[in-house]
Amino acid sequence: MNFSEDQIYRYSRHIILNEVGGEGQKKFLESKILVVGAGGLGSPVLTYLAAAGIGTLGIVDSDVVDLSNLQRQIIHFTPDVDLSKVESAKNKIEQINPDVKVNTYNIRLTSQNIVEIIKDYDFIIDGTDNFPTKFLVNDACVMIGKPYSHAGILRFNGQTFTYTPGNMCYRCIFKEPPPKGVIPTCSEAGILGAVAGVIGTIQAVEALKYILNKGKLLTNKLLTFDALTTQFREIKLKKNENCAVCGKNPSITELHDYEQPVCEIKEQ
Amino acid sequence: MKLTINGNLETIDHEKITVTELLKLKNVEVPQMVSVELNGEIIDQSEYEKIQIKDSDAIEFLYFMGGGSFGI
Ligand SMILES: [Zn+2]
Repeated sequence: MNFSEDQIYRYSRHIILNEVGGEGQKKFLESKILVVGAGGLGSPVLTYLAAAGIGTLGIVDSDVVDLSNLQRQIIHFTPDVDLSKVESAKNKIEQINPDVKVNTYNIRLTSQNIVEIIKDYDFIIDGTDNFPTKFLVNDACVMIGKPYSHAGILRFNGQTFTYTPGNMCYRCIFKEPPPKGVIPTCSEAGILGAVAGVIGTIQAVEALKYILNKGKLLTNKLLTFDALTTQFREIKLKKNENCAVCGKNPSITELHDYEQPVCEIKEQ
Repeated sequence: MKLTINGNLETIDHEKITVTELLKLKNVEVPQMVSVELNGEIIDQSEYEKIQIKDSDAIEFLYFMGGGSFGI
């Protein structure tokens, strides 16, 4: 592909970077990234990846925009309330950058549909808000050898790591979703909106680095962020040879749908 | 004994302590929401009561985090 004059100008601040250049920008325009969840994490991810000129962005989300989302889900605006999140996000992306082709999946990922959806993408972003989907995304990515970025946020804290085949996966740290009875009640939830921005933006950076094949990814470590003290920590971790999905003798060889705790089904 | 807990050096007023006891001591209310790494190894929840933490060990409490929308 050749750049148009507008594209050279639009992406000029990328192109002048040694690590990107015209070649890297071309890689961005030719790459396909899937973002699971167009919420607190997905909003900054989609915004930056669209602006960066990722050629194809897939968005998976089955929710509609709710007024209580707007405190952190910055890709959705007040007039979007009641619109599907995938449509709302697609509208914004098309305004940010017409170079981006958007594929929308207004569905919930399940063990039955996930592989078909993720297989054609180069990199997956887990921006989901629930453990069943986090485990499903992890297991599917491990099984078909797909790199992805994991993230979780809660109150003033966030954490993220990047999976690439052969390295530590989510199940190496967390064996299975927490039992339903122990998950704190809905009233104890909460998230400072900007924390989602910090962590989601790191996920976008990881995806771009992966596409460029430059720098070091957040593999075999968990980056944690505490907004109250403004501390980032990198916890070194390693692949667990006994991991149920990526270990030597995996006990999980088929995808599995975990039950969604009641509190998670409907917001508020 | 001295322990490094989540990167901070702390003095614990015990000569020996199990993982379960340390979780209690550090006010981790819901141990099932935490994964424990001891000296670089993730340890199995079924071992928490058995494993003794020794002087100068390094412990990380890794918390389950969802998306902030719900109770997790
Ligand atoms: Zn694993």
